[in-house]
Amino acid sequence: MTALLSVETVSKRFRGLLAVDRVSFDVAAGEIFAVIGPNGAGKTTLFNMIAGVLAPDDGAITFCGERIEGLPPDAVCRRGIGRTFQIVRPFPGLSVEDNVLIGALLHRTDVNAARRHAHDVMHRLDLFDKRGQVASALTLPDRKRLEVARALATEPKLLLLDEVMAGLRPTETDRMVAILADINRESGLTILLIEHVMRAVMALARRVLVLHHGAAIAQGSPEAIVRDPAVVHSYLGAEALS
Amino acid sequence: MTRLWLGMSERQRALVGIVFVLLVFAPLVADRYLISVLTLILYFAYVGQAWNLMMGYAGQLSLGHALYVGLGAYVAALLWVDFGVGPWLGVFVAVLVAASFGAFIGWLGFRFGVEGVYFALLTIAFAEFTRIAFDHLGFAGGSGGLFIPYQEQRLGEWWNLRGGQILFYYVALLLAVSAVLLVARLTRSRLGYYWVAVREDEAAARALGINAFRAKMTAVIISSGMTAVGGVFYAFYYNNLFPAQIFDISRSIEIILAPIVGGLGTVFGPVVGAFILTPLGESLITLTEKLGINVPGVKAVFYGAILMLIIFLRPSGVWPWLARILGVWERRP
Repeated sequence: MTALLSVETVSKRFRGLLAVDRVSFDVAAGEIFAVIGPNGAGKTTLFNMIAGVLAPDDGAITFCGERIEGLPPDAVCRRGIGRTFQIVRPFPGLSVEDNVLIGALLHRTDVNAARRHAHDVMHRLDLFDKRGQVASALTLPDRKRLEVARALATEPKLLLLDEVMAGLRPTETDRMVAILADINRESGLTILLIEHVMRAVMALARRVLVLHHGAAIAQGSPEAIVRDPAVVHSYLGAEALS
Repeated sequence: MTRLWLGMSERQRALVGIVFVLLVFAPLVADRYLISVLTLILYFAYVGQAWNLMMGYAGQLSLGHALYVGLGAYVAALLWVDFGVGPWLGVFVAVLVAASFGAFIGWLGFRFGVEGVYFALLTIAFAEFTRIAFDHLGFAGGSGGLFIPYQEQRLGEWWNLRGGQILFYYVALLLAVSAVLLVARLTRSRLGYYWVAVREDEAAARALGINAFRAKMTAVIISSGMTAVGGVFYAFYYNNLFPAQIFDISRSIEIILAPIVGGLGTVFGPVVGAFILTPLGESLITLTEKLGINVPGVKAVFYGAILMLIIFLRPSGVWPWLARILGVWERRP
């Protein structure tokens, strides 16, 4: 197993608070990896360090054999890591098509070629029929898919999804899960998701990392994780067992 | 250019064609006064377009564009008066100087995270510094002004911008048309989309691999360089430059009104805005004179009131609304 992304003893401190405490994990090329944990566990901080929004105080992040910790977000994206935002941030005044097009321009200088690629991506995300709509007029599920489409249009090797299921109804969650599973199967895209919705994690992830108070308390297959006493105690609650 | 033309609908081509032909042949029928007004309109369409590129597309508010007009004007005028270097050559130096200033202000602002209104304050500050500096620069005439001497024998040297009204009219037309073409072309390019992405949401733009700093820098540099060309035109059209006039903040505001009224971030907004505001100002002068209420400030009061009315009625500009009526509107980023 060759690691596409390797996170080694990464820490981040905000004044007195140790938000992420020596967390290590590897994500293999082609797999879907989930990071779960209660609110305040440090998931988003970890995510932001990989995406280049925050620089870790300690530790190393290696992507495709290259150290990327501390690089700015645009440089991280150009190396092949696409991301979504937990609170969606489409370009509000632009059409769905132009939103995706801007992502597609990363590896294409020709606008027409980028537009054709954007069309392909919009088809995959069921957004093609809405391509003319202004992004600010979309419903939340559509915006979430737009967020994924825009990141996918940059043709990443690794897709980082920050709570992309949050706020979706179960049917919408299933739809998103199906789309992501398809993309992963067809193109072998590696996905790292930070997620609260266990229904999605169970359906998608091959391996799961559990964070609690900034530290990794368990790692393994989803089936093993939900039976892990420490995880049940700190996060899932006893009802998950029943 | 052909691609731009082919990308337009029949109606759009017809409209652009008619307006262009009217402007080209206007001097055949218009009197001196009308031509001077049209020249002013085209000048404001041009500098408005340069500002629109930076604010309307890249989302960076400059309230100090008079700085670039003034620098362009002074550099070209000094080269001509002191060294006999013609404006056709001087314009390159003028662009270089103004773009360097623009680059420095942009670098200061974007490198150190001075954003929005604070960035605007920075642009005002630089325009003011420069105004005060020029007030004391002896070789540039100081506060007494710099004059381009009238030389009978040079009239007709169109390449040196020495000529009559018609010459300046066509130069202004050329500038305005070029600016429209340039902005239309740029906004359909990768860079144009990057500007819009940065304007809409900088963090999201960066997450898509866009180097926001570089995108903003190119916008400031192109915008300041373009504006300096307007300054060269200004210098040779009016033949006199005073720091207190050319660098004044009211000049910066004058530049930004046309694109705001016409429609920010649209290719034709600055042109439409200039065609509304300049004639409005001129007709108010005539009107207040005719009515015998030509007291200082009266014109400004009416002008301000009408401006407020337009902005109130068409907050996103006159052009998007007008274009829909004419059936030529298309969604553009």
